[in-house]
Amino acid sequence: MASVTIDGVRKSYGSHEVLHGVDIGIEEGEFVVLVGPSGCGKSTLLRMLAGLEHITAGRILIGGRVVNDLPPKDRDIAMVFQNYALYPHLTVAENMGFSLKLAGASRAAIAEKVRPAAEILGLAHLLDRYPRMLSGGQRQRVAMGRAIVRDPQVFLFDEPLSNLDAKLRVTMRTEIKNLHQRLRTTTVYVTHDQIEAMTMADKIVVMHDGRVEQVGAPLELYDRPANLFVAGFIGSPAMSMIRGTLAPDGSFAAADGTRLPLADTGRARAGQPLVYGVRPEAMRLGGSVPLTVEVTEPTGAETHVVGRMGGTPITGVFRDRISVAPGGTLDIAIDPAAVHLFDAEGGQRLTA
Amino acid sequence: MTATLETQAPRRRRLGRLSESRNGLGFLFMLPAAIFLLFFLTYPLGLGVWLGFTDTKIGRPGIFVGLENYQWLFDDPVFWLAVFNTIFYTAFASIAKFALGLWLALLLNRHLPFKNFFRAIILLPWVVPTVLSAMAFWWIFDSQFSIISWTLMQLGIINQPINFLGDPWNARWSVIAANIWRGIPFVAISLLAGLQTIPQSLNEAAAIDGATSWQRFTKVTLPLLTPIIAVVMTFSVLFTFTDFQLIYVLTRGGPVNATHLMATLSFQRAIPGGQLGEGAAIAVAMIPFLLAAILFSFFGLQRRRWQQGND
Repeated sequence: MASVTIDGVRKSYGSHEVLHGVDIGIEEGEFVVLVGPSGCGKSTLLRMLAGLEHITAGRILIGGRVVNDLPPKDRDIAMVFQNYALYPHLTVAENMGFSLKLAGASRAAIAEKVRPAAEILGLAHLLDRYPRMLSGGQRQRVAMGRAIVRDPQVFLFDEPLSNLDAKLRVTMRTEIKNLHQRLRTTTVYVTHDQIEAMTMADKIVVMHDGRVEQVGAPLELYDRPANLFVAGFIGSPAMSMIRGTLAPDGSFAAADGTRLPLADTGRARAGQPLVYGVRPEAMRLGGSVPLTVEVTEPTGAETHVVGRMGGTPITGVFRDRISVAPGGTLDIAIDPAAVHLFDAEGGQRLTA
Repeated sequence: MTATLETQAPRRRRLGRLSESRNGLGFLFMLPAAIFLLFFLTYPLGLGVWLGFTDTKIGRPGIFVGLENYQWLFDDPVFWLAVFNTIFYTAFASIAKFALGLWLALLLNRHLPFKNFFRAIILLPWVVPTVLSAMAFWWIFDSQFSIISWTLMQLGIINQPINFLGDPWNARWSVIAANIWRGIPFVAISLLAGLQTIPQSLNEAAAIDGATSWQRFTKVTLPLLTPIIAVVMTFSVLFTFTDFQLIYVLTRGGPVNATHLMATLSFQRAIPGGQLGEGAAIAVAMIPFLLAAILFSFFGLQRRRWQQGND
């Protein structure tokens, strides 16, 4: 186990800069998820951590040691690739023991390491199979097994679940989290799926366009997104965002004149263009805000309502069973304490 | 009127049934290819084998003489020299083409500047007609005007031109060099295609697992490339073993039969020499060698255990 420090790291391809100075501190044993839309630089950052990409500027430290110029094999890390990168001509056991064999370990020593790792992952009966004979989930486990056998300082995961079907993804998510709770190895996990980030991380790093937007615990990011990007990225269904300004009476006036409740105006100034953010579950039935219904989606426990409020498309999630014809209106109450106010221009959060 | 209709109907029904049955339709679709193969492959091959058992000469139909041609060849030192030359030529040229082709493929598989330009250029020796490139080599190996001799003389390394095609061993190595030059593109481009099917992440995983670049080559790249190497080298060996054009333009088998391959000797005896039967017998004598190469590839090409299953 080791801490990881990413200090002012930049990456350019020629004159094109893709990472514009990234600072992230990762504690020993922490499970950190780098999340962001594709092209945000999260995978590049992970590959720089692994030593597969050159670091243009800044420093990366693993366990207090600068690794900028160390080749991958000397960084004491293990990586799980998106396509698993299993050696097709080697059996499961040979795949898992490959690094030990390269290091010159005896056959007995390799077997001693491979067997327990295979048992943890439920692969013991597959050790003589070749990767092509395995299912996607099994290949995923072998890739993890190969990482475990190395007993590294840091585990790196590069979108490991994106090639699996939805159901298996949920199972493997739990398995990876379980594994981390058991081994307590520092883990850096890259994904574009915010649900994966929310469910697995100790700490989430939200990245966008080569910059870190916000770092924090999952619920911290959910409850207090620092800007419009994070607010829109974390949470599903996404936060509804309504444009408007402050009204003289201290409420929020949407662009079409609808008044929405506010508990706290924060740093918002009169006349400043604002974005009123409200999470779907912060709405209740029985209030004074009109919601024009376009589609209702009953999921069983909840009902998702897609419609328009203050002239803007929004989504609400209600515990009630709602049957309103499309075009009908619901009267909604919004919990003023759960409202997020953002500057419409800079996108920064204005409420506390 | 009614009679003709009645006779046509069953025939149409039979054709209809043929086109509806799976096997019948398959047979119909294969027919053109089968006819083509029969006329242009089986017939010439069969004719060649038959001629080998006759004493046919140009302008005179021969009679069946059994194994006489082969008995004659068995005692013919020139024939055995040609066998030796062919094996020598094939072995050295193939090994060199493989080594250099693989090396080139590995180079071209990297991110080089002007990568596409180099990939196009490497095909040139293969695109130029053999006769044309053989003429070029003929000049390069000329006993007086050779550019190689000239350069070496200017550098003061030798003081008289090398007799490339006039000395038996010089001639053997010279034709091998020309064959290597001509055969490399096929090997290099095919192996490059094979290399590109190996995902980059496998090399990265191996690098993280602690493999040096040599270990990545021997333990990851090479094993994954073996199926393609088997195909490419089988073809390369077959092409080299049956080579004719290059030799015929450069040396015509000389000096003193030192570069005669089985193919050139067969032609030499059959057409200019007029001994069609004997020439055919020499050509037929190549078959066991070619068969061996094909069998080798058949076993080499069998899917290994790790290749079975789904992707």
